[in-house]
Amino acid sequence: MHPAFSVIFLTTLIGAAQGLFLALFTAQTYAAFKLLPQPDAHAFYGQGSLLALVLLVAGLVASFFHLGHPERAWRTATKWRTSWLSREVIVLPAFMGVVFLYGLAHWLDWHPLLMTLPGELPLDPTAILGVAGTVLAFALFLCTAMIYACLKFLAEWHSPLTVINYVLLGGASGFSLAAAFAAFTAPELVSFLAGWAAIITLLGLLGRSASLYRNARLKPKSTLQTAIGIKHPRIVQKTQGFMGGSFNTREFFHGQPVAVLRGIKWFFMLTVFPLPLLLLVSGMQGTVGLLVAAFVVQYVGLLAERWFFFAQANHPQNLYYQSIA
Amino acid sequence: MTQLALVIDLNVCVGCQACVTSCKEWNTSGSAGPMVDQNPYGPDPTGTFFNRVQTFEVGEFPNTETVHFPKSCLHCEDPPCVPVCPTGASYKRKEDGIVLVDYDKCIGCKYCSWACPYGARELDEQQQVMKKCTLCVDRIYDMTMTEDDRKPSCVKACPTSARLYGDIHDPESAVSIAIRESGGYPLMPEWGTHPANHYLPRRKTRIKIHEDELERADNPLKVDRQLPKPAMNEPTLDDVTTW
Repeated sequence: MHPAFSVIFLTTLIGAAQGLFLALFTAQTYAAFKLLPQPDAHAFYGQGSLLALVLLVAGLVASFFHLGHPERAWRTATKWRTSWLSREVIVLPAFMGVVFLYGLAHWLDWHPLLMTLPGELPLDPTAILGVAGTVLAFALFLCTAMIYACLKFLAEWHSPLTVINYVLLGGASGFSLAAAFAAFTAPELVSFLAGWAAIITLLGLLGRSASLYRNARLKPKSTLQTAIGIKHPRIVQKTQGFMGGSFNTREFFHGQPVAVLRGIKWFFMLTVFPLPLLLLVSGMQGTVGLLVAAFVVQYVGLLAERWFFFAQANHPQNLYYQSIA
Repeated sequence: MTQLALVIDLNVCVGCQACVTSCKEWNTSGSAGPMVDQNPYGPDPTGTFFNRVQTFEVGEFPNTETVHFPKSCLHCEDPPCVPVCPTGASYKRKEDGIVLVDYDKCIGCKYCSWACPYGARELDEQQQVMKKCTLCVDRIYDMTMTEDDRKPSCVKACPTSARLYGDIHDPESAVSIAIRESGGYPLMPEWGTHPANHYLPRRKTRIKIHEDELERADNPLKVDRQLPKPAMNEPTLDDVTTW
């Protein structure tokens, strides 16, 4: 497939935002159970939510560049019964709304006691919003990944690993960002967040390696024989019916030599996993520069990862477009 | 239920591209707006087409066959492009099974084209909406035309009658009979899309002639009932007299 930068930015930006929100609420939950010191809620949760919101808006803006008719985007919410894309379009603004309210509640220090849970646990609106946001963050991961995983023709995507990797890679970059952000606003949480970022990055390495292993061993279901329905071992396309390009020759081919593909694979395998891991572990004591570098390196790596994710998928329609004349 | 479809006979398609140009001509001047070309006279022309004719070579020289392969939307009975559409712009008509795009609802997200294994959908670069074969829906129901003209324009254009058109759910229709009796097959059956359009395979017409059919064993001119019978290669009366 041809990797579109609008979608690459959309998926990586909102993934990081979802991970960041999950990191914020994880820290809040731990702090509620007194397993972590209570950070400055105003700065850490409030501004952290604002940061997540900025990333979500940036992702949403990027996604509009993918549309031929952005002014009709409101229509996309109508077919949620069948289309994962439609579901994503509903869940994304819902998540943005909850992140906004969650951040606002912390920003305004609005913590009225709603009830006390067993074990002397106070329940305030931010906890409820946090749970809702967590559910929506995972729902959004599921929707985004299922847009690709539900397409059975694209064998590289049609796997539960796609969903797992969207969750893990979004989570890893979000927790890395949270660690870097905490270095500025809540230094007492840095080692906790950096530790989790490292663990999720390691899990991401496992998940992504598994999908690379799987994809390298795929056997295409469709062949030229089934594409034109002629049973002969040797079929060669002589012409695809036109001399110039068409949508079919642009949208479904990445147009790069194999060497570039391989180079990008190794680039992201280095910059998404071992490098940020090294930086996170060495920055765990709160070195701002290292933690910021960990997130930046990982995010750049994820851009390459997403590019590769699209480029690697081989669409069966390409069987019909192999020779110009 | 009706399922309109094309049946394309690969045995008689000569790859003349008449269906391609006729399709483009009809649909670019149709009610749904033009199918715009970019850079049509420049070095790298491109544009939207509903129908393409491709050419494949089957076999190894000298035992090769050239197969011309017309390719358009197959109007699948279980179209994978329809449920993925987030706006409902892509839909399958209940009354005749034609898969259509509502150009006023399409947002140009290209997702349906990813969900079509046949590459039957093309984004119009100027209108920025997804386009595909409509089976000339603005033609086949046009009562101002004679019945003979109420067919897709590609079917009308084909000089070798390689394109049949009709309802494949009606067992007595010409298309159903062609599929049934001439080995009609769908493309990429492995995906379970159940394409409505079918293709008829290449066929060889062969006659087996037995030796005794070349020679009349009971040639009356040889039979004078006298034994022993003359040998097969003995001259007959035809060979020796002029009557």
